[in-house]
Amino acid sequence: MILARVVGNVVATRKDPRLEGKKLLLLQHVNPKGVGQERFVVALDTVGAGDRETVICVSGSSARMASGMKSTPVDTAIVGIVDGIGLLAGEE
Amino acid sequence: MILSRVVGEVVATHKHPTHESFKLLLVQRLDRAGETRGAPFVAVDVLDAGSGDTVLLTLNGWAAMTAVRSGPAPLDAAVIAIVDQVQWLDNEPAAPT
Amino acid sequence: MRLARVIGNLCATVKDPQLEGRKLLLLQPLGPDGSDAGSPLVAIDSVGAGAGETVYWSGRREACLAFDPPLPSDASVTGIVDSVSRSGA
Repeated sequence: MILARVVGNVVATRKDPRLEGKKLLLLQHVNPKGVGQERFVVALDTVGAGDRETVICVSGSSARMASGMKSTPVDTAIVGIVDGIGLLAGEE
Repeated sequence: MILSRVVGEVVATHKHPTHESFKLLLVQRLDRAGETRGAPFVAVDVLDAGSGDTVLLTLNGWAAMTAVRSGPAPLDAAVIAIVDQVQWLDNEPAAPT
Repeated sequence: MRLARVIGNLCATVKDPQLEGRKLLLLQPLGPDGSDAGSPLVAIDSVGAGAGETVYWSGRREACLAFDPPLPSDASVTGIVDSVSRSGA
């Protein structure tokens, strides 16, 4: 799973019918300190994440294990909203 | 999933039997500024996307097979949506168009 | 799936018994402008591709599924490309 920040939305009228009513968010990878990395991905939101929130994102076939995703053709799903991150002393 | 642009179509008469019924698109990943980047690759499409369209792709095999309602098949990329608009939040760089 | 050009064959006497009778091809990946880019790789052929042909191939776990029963492959040639029409780019 990766840490990412919500940086936008994707709007698509013509899409796989199994994605109807689902929210697609643009995510930017962030490091544990919240600094944005140069990597972007589109993810399906299963938890109601909001703008600029830091989220936990699962990729690959495992994304379909998220609630209500069993038969959807997605490979990236948001499965949690991060409240805080505790880093060990000395970790960058 | 990733945002990418349809940059062409691929015609292949001779292909894997599980690919027979699918349209093959040549797609290229989009960067944050909406510019194409990297080597183009091939994706299957059942939504009838066309050249120049911005599309949402899955790069996971099982998701791709689900997208095109295929049984086990050597598929690793499929179009799952044709993107109308990408809305970046304020202070984020301009959207891909 | 990615585009590549078949640049050769590979013979291997000692191999996984499941690969017996399978054609191993050497592929040269193609870059944005259709010219060679990156390092060649070995793929198992599922469609009867030959030297010089442009092909598309599937990678990762899905490569196994080009064969029934699945073979231990992480790159399988799954189509021979007749033509690529490119818009503008």
